[in-house]
Amino acid sequence: MSTLSLTGVSRWYGNVVAVNDISMTLGPGVTGLLGPNGAGKTTLLHMMAGFLSPSRGTVTLDDEPTWRNPDVYRRLGLVSEREAVQSYLTAYEFVLASAKLHRLADPAAAARRAIDLVELESAQDRRIGTYSKGMRQRARVAAALVHDPQVLLLDEPFNGMDPRQRLHMMQLLHTLGDAGRTILFSSHILEEVEQVSGTVQVMVAGRLAASGDFRTIRRLMTNRPHVFAVRSTDDRALAVALIAEPSVSGVELDRTGLTVRAGDYGAFTRALPRIALTRGIRVRQLVPSDESLESVFSYLVEA
Amino acid sequence: MSTITWITARGLFGRRRFLLLLPLPLVLLGLAVLCRSLGVDPGEWGPPVLVGLGLAVVLPVVALIIGTGVLGAEIDDGTVVHILTKPLPRWQIVLPKLAVAAGVSAATVALPLYVAGVLADSVRLGLALAAAATLGALAYSALFLALSLVTRRPVLLGLVYVLIWEGLLGNFVSGTKVLSIQQYVIALADRLAPTGLLETTVSVPVASVMTALISIGFTVLAVDRLRSFSVAGETS
Repeated sequence: MSTLSLTGVSRWYGNVVAVNDISMTLGPGVTGLLGPNGAGKTTLLHMMAGFLSPSRGTVTLDDEPTWRNPDVYRRLGLVSEREAVQSYLTAYEFVLASAKLHRLADPAAAARRAIDLVELESAQDRRIGTYSKGMRQRARVAAALVHDPQVLLLDEPFNGMDPRQRLHMMQLLHTLGDAGRTILFSSHILEEVEQVSGTVQVMVAGRLAASGDFRTIRRLMTNRPHVFAVRSTDDRALAVALIAEPSVSGVELDRTGLTVRAGDYGAFTRALPRIALTRGIRVRQLVPSDESLESVFSYLVEA
Repeated sequence: MSTITWITARGLFGRRRFLLLLPLPLVLLGLAVLCRSLGVDPGEWGPPVLVGLGLAVVLPVVALIIGTGVLGAEIDDGTVVHILTKPLPRWQIVLPKLAVAAGVSAATVALPLYVAGVLADSVRLGLALAAAATLGALAYSALFLALSLVTRRPVLLGLVYVLIWEGLLGNFVSGTKVLSIQQYVIALADRLAPTGLLETTVSVPVASVMTALISIGFTVLAVDRLRSFSVAGETS
């Protein structure tokens, strides 16, 4: 079992700080690295994988630095976000080449095992250039898994996959995590992380905003105040009724309609139809106006 | 054949860019055959075709296309990550790539130069040109391979070296010739087959030592740069 440790890691490009003082320890199991686009997830992953030197702090795999140390790749596999593959090779040739470069005892058997693992046998003799995005991704995962690494890092592995492939990849990550591998994958989609991992590290603007059990963090996220834009046949009457609700903390009335601040997401969404029905008001529009991931994350940072 | 060599060769011959290599050697060959068949005095067509075209243009440009391609193309499209995430000492990546670059460049250039040399003077000149061009291909390849790790625009910088430094400045500022692979190749070829066709400007010891220094020095630089190769997080 391997442990990946980051201690006070920062990385900046000129004046721009991409990763700001992050410390974490990753052990066996699946961990999700969650954060909006531009949060610094890829930069952090590249530092973990030895493809970028930290400007400050240390990144170690079992107490060995990952930077300028190719030996770590005996225990570490990386699936980068850029879906570049040698498109002139077949998947089998591609994975076999990886096995040979790892100097495995039986590269052919290792390549077949890895291809089986990602269920690509039927297409393994076709050129990768003819593959769909999801298949290409699986070929890359097979190549990264061919030496059975203790640690696997995946940057946005579900991008471009159809729901079936996504499910399959999630199962694969589960299996690997249950087998004692240290798996870290990044994503900007909450639901993906929810389905795969129990532990999450949340990154916002280069900083580690939250870390730990997903359900706790998810509860924090759903229980935050929500803002809705509401339009109805009688905005003023609706506003009067809504402000009497304990789940509503504020109502604003203007020409375009109502802006409602709800303290409790669930209670408010149950209360609104009930009020409308009893008062004979027809609700024409109900739009959550701060559902973007960025707002969820920024709330998390303030919490 | 090592896996790196195999991937590099597949990558090189699998890209359209490789077709760019063919016209130049063919022009060299065609001109030599044409001049010979028209009965032009070798003293007149020899220097411009052998040196002006063969050693000053075909050799460096072919070496530039291949040398910046063996690793540079993989860096450009991101596939280099697959090779770098392997527990290989970085020299085991650089040396096979250099061998492919130098080997393919030498094969592409030495053959037409050999034929042109035979047509211009003798088999000995042909062999001398081919041998010197092979050494030159090694030095150029080491230089251009290192360039592809040092800068994001290796082809541009390589062209500046070949066209401005070797081609233009070499004619006006004689000192620049001491740092010109083209002049080393001429000196070595002339030493192996002394004729009146090649005009040398550097001594043979200087040419030999500098060719070795450039080949080794830039290879060491390439290995070191690959060791600290950073992947920019352009997607995040």
